[in-house]
Amino acid sequence: MTHLLANGGAQGTNLDPIYSEVLFWILAVLAVSAAVVMICVRQAVHCALMLAVVMLSLAVMYAQQGAPFLAFVQIIVYTGAVLMLFLFVMMLIGVTSADSLVETIRGQRLWAGLGGVAFVVLMIVGIGHAAIGTAHVPTAANSTANLTGLATLIFTTYVFPFEATSALLITAALGAMVLAHRERTTPRLTQRQVARRKIASGQVAPEPPPGVYALHDAVDMPARLPDGSTTDRSVSRAITRRDVDLGRDPERSVTADLATEGRIEAERQIESAARGRDQQ
Amino acid sequence: MSPASYVFLAVILFGIGGVGVLVRRNAIVIFMCVELMLNACNLAFVSFARMWGNLDGQVVAFFVMVVAAAEVVVGLAILMAIYRARKSASVDDANLLKY
Repeated sequence: MTHLLANGGAQGTNLDPIYSEVLFWILAVLAVSAAVVMICVRQAVHCALMLAVVMLSLAVMYAQQGAPFLAFVQIIVYTGAVLMLFLFVMMLIGVTSADSLVETIRGQRLWAGLGGVAFVVLMIVGIGHAAIGTAHVPTAANSTANLTGLATLIFTTYVFPFEATSALLITAALGAMVLAHRERTTPRLTQRQVARRKIASGQVAPEPPPGVYALHDAVDMPARLPDGSTTDRSVSRAITRRDVDLGRDPERSVTADLATEGRIEAERQIESAARGRDQQ
Repeated sequence: MSPASYVFLAVILFGIGGVGVLVRRNAIVIFMCVELMLNACNLAFVSFARMWGNLDGQVVAFFVMVVAAAEVVVGLAILMAIYRARKSASVDDANLLKY
Protein backbone atom coordinates (compact mmCIF):
# COMPACT_ATOMS: atom_id res chain seq x y z
CA MET A 1 0.00 0.00 0.00
CA THR A 2 2.89 2.31 0.81
CA HIS A 3 4.29 1.57 -2.61
CA LEU A 4 0.99 2.51 -4.22
CA LEU A 5 0.82 5.71 -2.19
CA ALA A 6 4.40 6.66 -3.00
CA ASN A 7 3.77 6.22 -6.69
CA GLY A 8 0.52 8.16 -6.56
CA GLY A 9 1.87 11.18 -8.40
CA ALA A 10 -0.15 14.26 -9.10
CA GLN A 11 -3.25 12.37 -10.17
CA GLY A 12 -3.86 11.24 -6.65
CA THR A 13 -3.81 7.62 -5.61
CA ASN A 14 -4.72 4.77 -7.87
CA LEU A 15 -8.24 4.80 -6.51
CA ASP A 16 -11.21 4.47 -8.79
CA PRO A 17 -12.67 7.99 -9.34
CA ILE A 18 -16.02 7.03 -7.84
CA TYR A 19 -14.33 5.75 -4.68
CA SER A 20 -12.30 8.92 -4.34
CA GLU A 21 -15.49 10.96 -4.71
CA VAL A 22 -17.27 8.98 -1.99
CA LEU A 23 -14.19 9.24 0.23
CA PHE A 24 -14.04 12.99 -0.31
CA TRP A 25 -17.65 13.53 0.72
CA ILE A 26 -17.35 11.35 3.81
CA LEU A 27 -14.16 13.13 4.89
CA ALA A 28 -15.48 16.60 4.06
CA VAL A 29 -18.63 16.13 6.15
CA LEU A 30 -16.55 14.64 8.97
CA ALA A 31 -14.00 17.48 8.92
CA VAL A 32 -16.52 20.33 8.73
CA SER A 33 -18.79 18.91 11.44
CA ALA A 34 -15.82 18.23 13.72
CA ALA A 35 -14.58 21.80 13.16
CA VAL A 36 -18.02 23.24 13.98
CA VAL A 37 -18.26 21.12 17.12
CA MET A 38 -14.73 22.24 18.02
CA ILE A 39 -15.63 25.90 18.18
CA CYS A 40 -18.87 25.16 20.07
CA VAL A 41 -17.88 22.85 22.96
CA ARG A 42 -16.82 24.42 26.24
CA GLN A 43 -14.12 22.04 27.43
CA ALA A 44 -10.67 22.59 25.91
CA VAL A 45 -9.96 18.83 25.93
CA HIS A 46 -13.00 18.15 23.76
CA CYS A 47 -11.77 20.85 21.38
CA ALA A 48 -8.43 19.03 21.10
CA LEU A 49 -10.17 15.73 20.31
CA MET A 50 -12.29 17.35 17.60
CA LEU A 51 -9.16 18.99 16.15
CA ALA A 52 -7.56 15.54 16.00
CA VAL A 53 -10.51 14.30 13.93
CA VAL A 54 -10.13 17.24 11.51
CA MET A 55 -6.37 16.69 11.19
CA LEU A 56 -6.69 12.96 10.57
CA SER A 57 -9.31 13.46 7.87
CA LEU A 58 -7.07 16.10 6.27
CA ALA A 59 -4.21 13.57 6.34
CA VAL A 60 -6.33 11.08 4.41
CA MET A 61 -7.18 13.84 1.93
CA TYR A 62 -3.47 14.56 1.40
CA ALA A 63 -2.86 10.88 0.69
CA GLN A 64 -5.79 10.90 -1.72
CA GLN A 65 -4.36 13.92 -3.54
CA GLY A 66 -0.98 12.39 -4.27
CA ALA A 67 0.86 13.80 -1.25
CA PRO A 68 1.67 10.67 0.79
CA PHE A 69 4.69 12.28 2.44
CA LEU A 70 2.60 15.20 3.70
CA ALA A 71 -0.09 12.78 4.88
CA PHE A 72 2.38 10.98 7.11
CA VAL A 73 3.99 14.24 8.27
CA GLN A 74 0.51 15.51 9.10
CA ILE A 75 -0.17 12.48 11.29
CA ILE A 76 3.27 12.38 12.91
CA VAL A 77 3.88 16.11 13.43
CA TYR A 78 0.37 17.50 13.88
CA THR A 79 -1.67 14.74 15.44
CA GLY A 80 1.32 13.18 17.16
CA ALA A 81 3.42 16.08 18.38
CA VAL A 82 1.54 19.39 18.21
CA LEU A 83 -1.73 18.05 19.61
CA MET A 84 0.09 16.20 22.38
CA LEU A 85 1.87 19.47 23.22
CA PHE A 86 -1.57 21.13 23.49
CA LEU A 87 -2.73 18.35 25.82
CA PHE A 88 0.40 18.67 27.96
CA VAL A 89 -0.11 22.43 28.37
CA MET A 90 -3.77 21.79 29.16
CA MET A 91 -2.62 19.40 31.88
CA LEU A 92 -0.30 22.08 33.33
CA ILE A 93 -2.90 24.82 33.20
CA GLY A 94 -5.73 22.66 34.43
CA VAL A 95 -8.29 20.56 32.62
CA THR A 96 -11.04 22.57 34.25
CA SER A 97 -10.12 25.74 32.35
CA ALA A 98 -13.44 25.89 30.51
CA ASP A 99 -14.66 29.00 28.74
CA SER A 100 -17.24 31.13 30.45
CA LEU A 101 -20.27 31.56 28.25
CA VAL A 102 -20.88 35.20 29.17
CA GLU A 103 -20.23 37.63 26.35
CA THR A 104 -17.95 40.50 27.32
CA ILE A 105 -18.66 42.48 24.15
CA ARG A 106 -22.36 42.60 23.31
CA GLY A 107 -23.25 40.86 20.07
CA GLN A 108 -19.67 39.68 19.51
CA ARG A 109 -20.64 36.10 18.66
CA LEU A 110 -23.36 37.14 16.27
CA TRP A 111 -21.11 39.53 14.37
CA ALA A 112 -18.19 37.11 14.39
CA GLY A 113 -20.44 34.39 12.97
CA LEU A 114 -21.86 36.75 10.34
CA GLY A 115 -18.36 37.92 9.43
CA GLY A 116 -17.19 34.31 9.07
CA VAL A 117 -20.12 33.39 6.84
CA ALA A 118 -19.60 36.53 4.75
CA PHE A 119 -15.90 35.70 4.34
CA VAL A 120 -16.63 32.12 3.28
CA VAL A 121 -19.27 33.27 0.78
CA LEU A 122 -16.92 35.90 -0.62
CA MET A 123 -14.10 33.40 -1.06
CA ILE A 124 -16.35 30.73 -2.57
CA VAL A 125 -17.80 33.21 -5.07
CA GLY A 126 -14.30 34.43 -5.94
CA ILE A 127 -12.89 30.93 -6.36
CA GLY A 128 -15.99 29.86 -8.26
CA HIS A 129 -15.23 32.55 -10.83
CA ALA A 130 -11.57 31.60 -11.05
CA ALA A 131 -10.71 28.84 -13.45
CA ILE A 132 -9.50 25.93 -11.35
CA GLY A 133 -8.65 23.23 -13.82
CA THR A 134 -8.75 19.53 -13.35
CA ALA A 135 -5.70 17.69 -12.12
CA HIS A 136 -2.70 17.88 -14.44
CA VAL A 137 -0.70 14.91 -15.55
CA PRO A 138 2.43 14.58 -13.43
CA THR A 139 5.46 16.32 -14.88
CA ALA A 140 8.95 14.94 -14.96
CA ALA A 141 9.66 16.40 -11.52
CA ASN A 142 7.36 13.97 -9.77
CA SER A 143 6.72 11.22 -12.21
CA THR A 144 9.07 8.84 -10.42
CA ALA A 145 7.98 9.19 -6.83
CA ASN A 146 6.49 11.79 -4.57
CA LEU A 147 9.21 11.46 -1.95
CA THR A 148 12.16 11.74 -4.32
CA GLY A 149 10.61 14.71 -6.08
CA LEU A 150 9.99 16.52 -2.80
CA ALA A 151 13.53 15.87 -1.61
CA THR A 152 14.96 17.16 -4.90
CA LEU A 153 12.91 20.35 -4.64
CA ILE A 154 13.70 20.98 -0.97
CA PHE A 155 17.43 20.52 -1.44
CA THR A 156 17.74 22.44 -4.72
CA THR A 157 15.19 25.21 -5.31
CA TYR A 158 14.09 25.65 -1.72
CA VAL A 159 17.40 25.06 0.03
CA PHE A 160 17.62 28.58 1.51
CA PRO A 161 14.10 28.55 3.00
CA PHE A 162 14.93 25.09 4.31
CA GLU A 163 18.03 26.43 6.10
CA ALA A 164 15.97 29.34 7.39
CA THR A 165 13.43 26.95 8.93
CA SER A 166 16.24 25.18 10.78
CA ALA A 167 17.29 28.53 12.26
CA LEU A 168 13.63 29.21 13.08
CA LEU A 169 13.24 25.87 14.87
CA ILE A 170 16.35 26.43 16.98
CA THR A 171 15.16 29.94 17.87
CA ALA A 172 11.74 28.57 18.79
CA ALA A 173 13.26 25.91 21.04
CA LEU A 174 15.45 28.50 22.76
CA GLY A 175 12.50 30.88 23.11
CA ALA A 176 10.35 28.19 24.68
CA MET A 177 13.13 27.36 27.15
CA VAL A 178 13.58 31.02 28.09
CA LEU A 179 9.85 31.63 28.46
CA ALA A 180 9.07 28.47 30.40
CA HIS A 181 12.11 28.79 32.67
CA ARG A 182 11.49 30.05 36.18
CA GLU A 183 14.28 31.61 38.22
CA ARG A 184 14.67 30.22 41.73
CA THR A 185 14.22 33.23 43.99
CA THR A 186 14.44 31.38 47.30
CA PRO A 187 17.29 29.04 48.28
CA ARG A 188 16.61 25.32 48.01
CA LEU A 189 15.38 23.81 51.29
CA THR A 190 17.60 21.24 52.96
CA GLN A 191 16.20 17.92 54.12
CA ARG A 192 16.32 19.08 57.73
CA GLN A 193 14.31 22.23 56.91
CA VAL A 194 11.71 20.21 55.03
CA ALA A 195 11.32 17.86 57.99
CA ARG A 196 11.02 20.78 60.45
CA ARG A 197 8.35 22.42 58.27
CA LYS A 198 6.38 19.18 58.09
CA ILE A 199 6.36 18.73 61.86
CA ALA A 200 5.43 22.38 62.39
CA SER A 201 2.52 22.19 59.93
CA GLY A 202 0.87 19.49 62.00
CA GLN A 203 0.53 16.99 59.16
CA VAL A 204 3.40 14.53 59.11
CA ALA A 205 1.85 11.77 57.03
CA PRO A 206 0.99 12.30 53.35
CA GLU A 207 -2.50 13.46 52.38
CA PRO A 208 -5.11 10.71 52.75
CA PRO A 209 -6.06 8.97 49.48
CA PRO A 210 -9.67 9.12 48.25
CA GLY A 211 -12.09 6.85 50.01
CA VAL A 212 -12.61 3.21 49.14
CA TYR A 213 -15.73 1.75 50.68
CA ALA A 214 -17.61 -1.47 50.38
CA LEU A 215 -20.45 0.21 48.50
CA HIS A 216 -18.53 2.93 46.66
CA ASP A 217 -15.15 2.65 45.06
CA ALA A 218 -14.44 5.90 43.25
CA VAL A 219 -11.87 8.69 43.33
CA ASP A 220 -14.55 11.31 44.10
CA MET A 221 -15.36 9.71 47.47
CA PRO A 222 -13.71 11.65 50.31
CA ALA A 223 -11.55 9.67 52.74
CA ARG A 224 -12.67 9.00 56.30
CA LEU A 225 -10.36 10.10 59.04
CA PRO A 226 -9.77 7.98 62.18
CA ASP A 227 -12.35 10.02 64.10
CA GLY A 228 -15.08 9.10 61.58
CA SER A 229 -15.33 12.45 59.83
CA THR A 230 -14.69 12.84 56.12
CA THR A 231 -12.01 15.09 54.63
CA ASP A 232 -12.21 16.92 51.32
CA ARG A 233 -8.44 17.19 51.08
CA SER A 234 -8.29 13.65 49.74
CA VAL A 235 -10.20 14.46 46.53
CA SER A 236 -8.67 16.28 43.58
CA ARG A 237 -10.07 19.77 43.03
CA ALA A 238 -10.82 19.02 39.38
CA ILE A 239 -12.98 16.07 40.38
CA THR A 240 -14.78 18.10 43.03
CA ARG A 241 -15.61 20.78 40.46
CA ARG A 242 -16.85 18.13 38.04
CA ASP A 243 -19.14 16.75 40.76
CA VAL A 244 -20.51 20.24 41.34
CA ASP A 245 -21.15 20.64 37.60
CA LEU A 246 -22.97 17.32 37.49
CA GLY A 247 -24.94 18.11 40.66
CA ARG A 248 -23.46 15.26 42.70
CA ASP A 249 -22.52 15.34 46.35
CA PRO A 250 -20.28 12.36 47.18
CA GLU A 251 -19.83 13.41 50.80
CA ARG A 252 -23.55 13.32 51.45
CA SER A 253 -23.88 9.96 49.75
CA VAL A 254 -21.13 8.60 52.00
CA THR A 255 -22.83 9.82 55.16
CA ALA A 256 -26.21 8.64 53.92
CA ASP A 257 -24.77 5.20 53.24
CA LEU A 258 -23.14 5.11 56.63
CA ALA A 259 -26.47 5.97 58.21
CA THR A 260 -28.27 3.17 56.43
CA GLU A 261 -28.27 0.40 58.95
CA GLY A 262 -29.44 -2.29 56.62
CA ARG A 263 -26.59 -1.76 54.24
CA ILE A 264 -24.03 -1.88 56.98
CA GLU A 265 -25.60 -5.06 58.19
CA ALA A 266 -25.35 -6.51 54.70
CA GLU A 267 -21.71 -5.52 54.55
CA ARG A 268 -21.05 -7.23 57.83
CA GLN A 269 -22.75 -10.40 56.66
CA ILE A 270 -20.74 -10.45 53.46
CA GLU A 271 -17.60 -9.83 55.42
CA SER A 272 -18.26 -12.59 57.93
CA ALA A 273 -19.15 -14.97 55.10
CA ALA A 274 -15.86 -14.17 53.42
CA ARG A 275 -14.02 -14.68 56.65
CA GLY A 276 -15.72 -18.03 57.15
CA ARG A 277 -14.66 -19.03 53.63
CA ASP A 278 -11.08 -18.06 54.44
CA GLN A 279 -11.07 -20.20 57.57
CA GLN A 280 -12.32 -23.25 55.72
CA MET B 1 -12.60 14.80 -7.17
CA SER B 2 -11.43 17.94 -8.91
CA PRO B 3 -9.05 20.20 -6.95
CA ALA B 4 -11.75 22.89 -6.83
CA SER B 5 -13.89 20.97 -4.32
CA TYR B 6 -10.89 20.56 -2.04
CA VAL B 7 -10.26 24.31 -2.25
CA PHE B 8 -13.89 25.03 -1.31
CA LEU B 9 -13.56 22.68 1.67
CA ALA B 10 -10.35 24.50 2.68
CA VAL B 11 -12.19 27.85 2.53
CA ILE B 12 -14.98 26.53 4.76
CA LEU B 13 -12.50 25.13 7.31
CA PHE B 14 -10.57 28.42 7.25
CA GLY B 15 -13.77 30.37 7.92
CA ILE B 16 -14.74 28.10 10.82
CA GLY B 17 -11.27 28.52 12.31
CA GLY B 18 -11.50 32.30 11.94
CA VAL B 19 -14.88 32.42 13.69
CA GLY B 20 -13.40 30.27 16.47
CA VAL B 21 -10.54 32.71 16.96
CA LEU B 22 -13.02 35.59 17.22
CA VAL B 23 -15.53 33.86 19.47
CA ARG B 24 -13.54 31.78 21.95
CA ARG B 25 -11.71 33.31 24.90
CA ASN B 26 -9.64 30.42 26.22
CA ALA B 27 -6.17 31.05 24.79
CA ILE B 28 -5.50 27.32 24.18
CA VAL B 29 -8.69 26.98 22.15
CA ILE B 30 -7.77 30.10 20.17
CA PHE B 31 -4.45 28.47 19.35
CA MET B 32 -6.23 25.34 18.20
CA CYS B 33 -8.44 27.43 15.91
CA VAL B 34 -5.30 29.04 14.42
CA GLU B 35 -3.97 25.53 13.79
CA LEU B 36 -7.22 24.70 12.01
CA MET B 37 -6.75 27.74 9.76
CA LEU B 38 -3.16 26.70 8.96
CA ASN B 39 -4.36 23.19 8.14
CA ALA B 40 -6.99 24.59 5.81
CA CYS B 41 -4.28 26.58 3.99
CA ASN B 42 -2.20 23.42 3.68
CA LEU B 43 -5.13 21.62 2.09
CA ALA B 44 -5.46 24.44 -0.45
CA PHE B 45 -1.72 24.31 -1.20
CA VAL B 46 -1.82 20.54 -1.77
CA SER B 47 -4.87 20.91 -4.02
CA PHE B 48 -3.17 23.60 -6.10
CA ALA B 49 -0.04 21.43 -6.34
CA ARG B 50 -2.18 18.64 -7.73
CA MET B 51 -3.90 21.06 -10.10
CA TRP B 52 -0.62 22.26 -11.61
CA GLY B 53 0.92 18.82 -11.61
CA ASN B 54 4.08 19.84 -9.77
CA LEU B 55 5.32 19.57 -6.22
CA ASP B 56 5.97 23.20 -5.26
CA GLY B 57 2.67 23.50 -3.42
CA GLN B 58 3.50 20.44 -1.36
CA VAL B 59 6.88 21.92 -0.44
CA VAL B 60 5.17 25.12 0.71
CA ALA B 61 2.69 23.08 2.77
CA PHE B 62 5.66 21.30 4.34
CA PHE B 63 7.21 24.65 5.29
CA VAL B 64 3.88 25.81 6.72
CA MET B 65 3.88 22.73 8.94
CA VAL B 66 7.40 23.54 10.21
CA VAL B 67 6.50 27.16 10.94
CA ALA B 68 3.28 26.03 12.66
CA ALA B 69 5.25 23.70 14.92
CA ALA B 70 7.61 26.54 15.90
CA GLU B 71 4.65 28.86 16.46
CA VAL B 72 2.89 26.39 18.72
CA VAL B 73 6.01 25.84 20.83
CA VAL B 74 6.58 29.56 21.45
CA GLY B 75 2.86 30.34 21.79
CA LEU B 76 2.26 27.68 24.40
CA ALA B 77 5.35 28.82 26.34
CA ILE B 78 3.97 32.39 26.36
CA LEU B 79 0.63 31.00 27.48
CA MET B 80 2.26 29.21 30.40
CA ALA B 81 4.15 32.37 31.39
CA ILE B 82 0.88 34.34 31.36
CA TYR B 83 -0.86 31.60 33.31
CA ARG B 84 1.83 31.75 36.00
CA ALA B 85 1.40 35.51 36.33
CA ARG B 86 -2.42 35.77 36.08
CA LYS B 87 -3.61 32.27 37.13
CA SER B 88 -5.92 32.22 34.12
CA ALA B 89 -5.81 31.11 30.49
CA SER B 90 -8.57 33.49 29.40
CA VAL B 91 -7.50 36.22 26.99
CA ASP B 92 -9.76 38.69 28.82
CA ASP B 93 -7.54 38.53 31.90
CA ALA B 94 -4.34 39.49 30.07
CA ASN B 95 -4.97 43.24 30.30
CA LEU B 96 -1.76 44.56 31.84
CA LEU B 97 -1.12 46.87 28.89
CA LYS B 98 -4.61 48.36 29.06
CA TYR B 99 -4.05 51.34 31.32
